[in-house]
Amino acid sequence: MHKEAAIREPLILGHKTYTDITADVCKPIEDKAPKMWYVLFSIALIIGLYGVGCIAYLIGTGIGVWGLNKTIGWAWDITNFVWWVGIGHAGTLISAVLLLFRQKWRMAINRSAEAMTIFAVFMAGIFPMIHMGRIWLAYWVVPIPNQFGSLWVNFNSPLLWDVFAISTYLSVSVVFWYIGLIPDFATLRDRVKRPIPKKMYSILSFGWSGRAKNWNRFEMVSLILAGLATPLVFSVHSIVSFDFATSVIPGWHTTIFPPYFVAGAVFSGFAMVQTLMLVMRKAMRLEAYIHTRHVEYMNIVIMVTGSIVGTAYITELFISWYSGVEYEAYAFINRFSGPYWWAYWSMMTCNVISPQLMWIRPLRRSLLFTFIISIVVNIGMWFERYVIIVSSIHRDYLPSSWSMHYPSHIDLGVYVGTIGLFFVFFLLFARFFPVLPIAELKTILKSSGESYKNAPDTHGHDGHGEGNHNTNNH
Amino acid sequence: MAEKIIYAMYDDDDVLKDGAKKLVAKGVKVSEVFSPFPIHGIDPIIGVQNTRLGIMAFLYAITGTMLATIAMRYFMVTDWPMNIGGKPNNTYLDNILAFIPVTFEFTVLCAAHGMALTYFLRNKILPGLPASNPDPRTTDDRFVMEFRMSENSKFTEEELTSLIQTTGYVELDQKEVK
Repeated sequence: MHKEAAIREPLILGHKTYTDITADVCKPIEDKAPKMWYVLFSIALIIGLYGVGCIAYLIGTGIGVWGLNKTIGWAWDITNFVWWVGIGHAGTLISAVLLLFRQKWRMAINRSAEAMTIFAVFMAGIFPMIHMGRIWLAYWVVPIPNQFGSLWVNFNSPLLWDVFAISTYLSVSVVFWYIGLIPDFATLRDRVKRPIPKKMYSILSFGWSGRAKNWNRFEMVSLILAGLATPLVFSVHSIVSFDFATSVIPGWHTTIFPPYFVAGAVFSGFAMVQTLMLVMRKAMRLEAYIHTRHVEYMNIVIMVTGSIVGTAYITELFISWYSGVEYEAYAFINRFSGPYWWAYWSMMTCNVISPQLMWIRPLRRSLLFTFIISIVVNIGMWFERYVIIVSSIHRDYLPSSWSMHYPSHIDLGVYVGTIGLFFVFFLLFARFFPVLPIAELKTILKSSGESYKNAPDTHGHDGHGEGNHNTNNH
Repeated sequence: MAEKIIYAMYDDDDVLKDGAKKLVAKGVKVSEVFSPFPIHGIDPIIGVQNTRLGIMAFLYAITGTMLATIAMRYFMVTDWPMNIGGKPNNTYLDNILAFIPVTFEFTVLCAAHGMALTYFLRNKILPGLPASNPDPRTTDDRFVMEFRMSENSKFTEEELTSLIQTTGYVELDQKEVK
């Protein structure tokens, strides 16, 4: 077993045993849902259904109902798409990259972060689909033989790369998430008493029995999926940034976009994880598993990625002047002093200044402060995309076609609706799925659990057999 | 022919691992171990070979790479050489940079899904299949070693039981299967 320094804060607080972990995670599923759950679910459902209504109206009428015009042909749709994809970057990063780096604290948050990722990517997927206008022809993005002769999709286009990137990312994330869920569904299957849930969890657990060979394969599959998902995470948002970076629009065709977007995605994704986790740990009484230390680790990630994003903003600004291209320079002068100055400065405040506060230890260990900052960061990241997209195109080369973007109520409805739908999915997940990886948490109990760590002989159990455990048997 | 199976249940993974080590040293064959989470280091003790899923993943990955390359070459070079801004795709190599992202994504897609599917089939886990763990507690906090008498023919049942007795189990159970 991996030995951990005693000075390191334990990851599982309290004197938990294996069965305590099972009971703690399964309890919210087995108990009746609290009233608050129904209240939140109803609110989210109403907002989500309003969004669905707006989408139906949009599809029935055409995308003219959005606040777009001839100059600004891309605004809230792509802003919301990039925002949601960005949020959808934390889950797989936590489960894949942190797995490769053997970060044990990921165990507390990976399951729900991955769920969040999947739902966020669903929401992201809605926008390019409805932006097509005739959504029933969405299958045209797939290279299939067709009745138009030798007409194929354009593999030179970043928009098509996006199709492949997003669909691969979504499906691989789902598989990764589900493979981890199977043993936990088996735990639930063997625990629940009522016949219908038992049947459901039995189907969901695929007949998992926990044989030694199964676990051997499980660990290998997790490791390889992590290895595959790690470059995937980076590629997806790089490709999203290519949508802009390969264009010829001043303010968009920036070579630093891929790393800058990836850092921004991780930044906003972790902020969303914080928002959700801080509420969830309280509501589901999981304070022993997700505690200040976990929040602090995530805040450090937010601080680092926030600093990368801040550096990128300033680099962009400097290069626009240093390049000597007057159109490029104008795009950026217009960005911070033109009619969209308020969006630019909101972005700067939320994304550059607020994460720097995390250098202060009491602040990054304060749950209330973290919760506020996490929301501020997500507002800032929405503005970032809005600033990049709208402020770059609203004043193009021909001043007579300069314009402003005013969102219509359908723009607003679709956006707010996706937030509602996202919470509908997340609340359903929190109600019926094990929100912490039960099996994986048990593997770190002895190395990182409080009762085992602080025991002087390092071995908490007693009584059975001759417990002569050498600490170096892996 | 009916076969007798002995199940020894433990409440700690380290106790089970030490017990298995001791029994294997005495020549006992541990037929199977059921546990609620992976017990690190149990596989070499009870003689479970390391999985070859990694090799399969690699094969699926290069299949994906090849499929993507062949398909894109056909679409973009052979069937309809697209000419954008006077930069035609005369050969695949001319424009290979534009094809890298899709090649990569498709490689990952094939590797991940191919491996996941193989994992399900090899583990014999699919929606609706029945579970085969001997006790429902083995997905909670109990660890079970399974001994098949057919694989331990050099011991009598009593001999085997008395050997297992020294390993600190919490429950002992046996079952006849056809």
